[in-house]
Amino acid sequence: MKSLAHPKRMRLIALASSIQKAGFDALPLIAIMTFFIGAVVALIGSDLLKTLGASELVVELVGISVLREFGVLIPAILLAGRSASTFAAQIGAMRMNQETQAMKVMGIDLFDALVVPRVLALLVIMPLLAIVAMLAGLAGGLVVSWGILDVSPTYFAERLSAAVDIRHFWVGMAKVPVLAIVIALAGCRHGLSVRGDVEDLGGRVTVAVVQALFAIILLDAAFAILFNVLEI
Amino acid sequence: MICDPDVVIRVENLKTRFGDHIIHQDLNLEVHRGEILGVVGGSGSGKSVLMNTILGLIAPSHGTIEIFQKKIGSRFDRTEINHRIGVMFQNGALFSSLSVQENVEAPLIEHTRLREPWLEAVALMKIGLVGLDAEVGRQMPAELSGGMRKRVSVARALALDPELLFLDEPTSGLDPIAAAEFDQLIRTLSDTLGLTVVMVTHDLDSLYSISDRVAVVADQKIVEVSPIAELERSDHPWIRAFLGGRAERAKERNR
Repeated sequence: MKSLAHPKRMRLIALASSIQKAGFDALPLIAIMTFFIGAVVALIGSDLLKTLGASELVVELVGISVLREFGVLIPAILLAGRSASTFAAQIGAMRMNQETQAMKVMGIDLFDALVVPRVLALLVIMPLLAIVAMLAGLAGGLVVSWGILDVSPTYFAERLSAAVDIRHFWVGMAKVPVLAIVIALAGCRHGLSVRGDVEDLGGRVTVAVVQALFAIILLDAAFAILFNVLEI
Repeated sequence: MICDPDVVIRVENLKTRFGDHIIHQDLNLEVHRGEILGVVGGSGSGKSVLMNTILGLIAPSHGTIEIFQKKIGSRFDRTEINHRIGVMFQNGALFSSLSVQENVEAPLIEHTRLREPWLEAVALMKIGLVGLDAEVGRQMPAELSGGMRKRVSVARALALDPELLFLDEPTSGLDPIAAAEFDQLIRTLSDTLGLTVVMVTHDLDSLYSISDRVAVVADQKIVEVSPIAELERSDHPWIRAFLGGRAERAKERNR
């Protein structure tokens, strides 16, 4: 944990490149994915709400589901696929190339040099991705509501700010750092446990992704229960 | 125990095991200041394991290791001597995400207060020391040939002006001319900088041309440590096969 006491020890270049690879390259994909999920939620909800004669509730439906769940889950799942695998493969390849041994011999702490920058990268980038995902999801819902339910964009926006409490946004964002840390650690942990051969590397990358995904869903469920109990 | 200041490494009664598999048992070794010690042994005899154990990458199950007259027990002891030791791993183990120059700078950043432009000056000096052009400094490890990678790895190992240099198969994978050049490089470095060199190798040419003494790893221990000329008179079967077999193997191949 030396790097926390001495920030200059943190590898700033490594951090910056991790942020770029983990984050900005994933932005367009995340925006597109959540846009469609927001649209689908609105679409499926619209039929039901029409028969109930409460079409305008589509705003709450889209708003709450995107802010609380999809805006966080979709970036997390994408990062589990993109970043947990990248981290595991990068660190695993470094182990196979004896780079980690060279670092140990030089007295470079592996946790400081390899794990900390990657965890920080996801901690920095994931909130940003979540916000973009939320905006895109809401946009998807808005487009469908407008086209099918004749809910005008201005009404959608008005109702969103009036009926959907800001706490839903914070509930979603509260989960982000936890998931970011879990995803980064899953990747790094399995990268560091690669032993020798290529087959092991492949296996470890797979396990890293699977474990990250599993942890995301499990934690999300735990959060849902927790927030339910706390009535947030 | 006599504390001989000329003994840089002392290994006593070392035992290393992976699970039930015993690699070393009652292994003893002394490395003297300023010498080039070759370490030879059959594949799987544990040469690299021995090197990694001395370096602290593998924990021995029994025995003591002293480096610079200091008994090495904990990680804390390691950090005190780390900067006095340079290591070249088998395939270089260069940091693939850093350029050659950044690779050489890495130990300097970790252990010294040097900052630019001194950092670059020292790195380029070390790169020049191993016979590479300054332009190589900007290249990435993946762009280098095997021989260059080994040289860069030595440059990185020399970054902190160590007293002790470990080389794991420095000439494997090099053509005979490049290997001979590399041997000369090591000899020159050892003579001019007063380096103590421990070199794990299979290469008889390097052993004959630059080693002062050769340690033979067999039967889970060091069976003999002596200059290569004396080793030729040994009656240990593996040593006889290793040294004596060379002429016969060449004949065999030419037949």
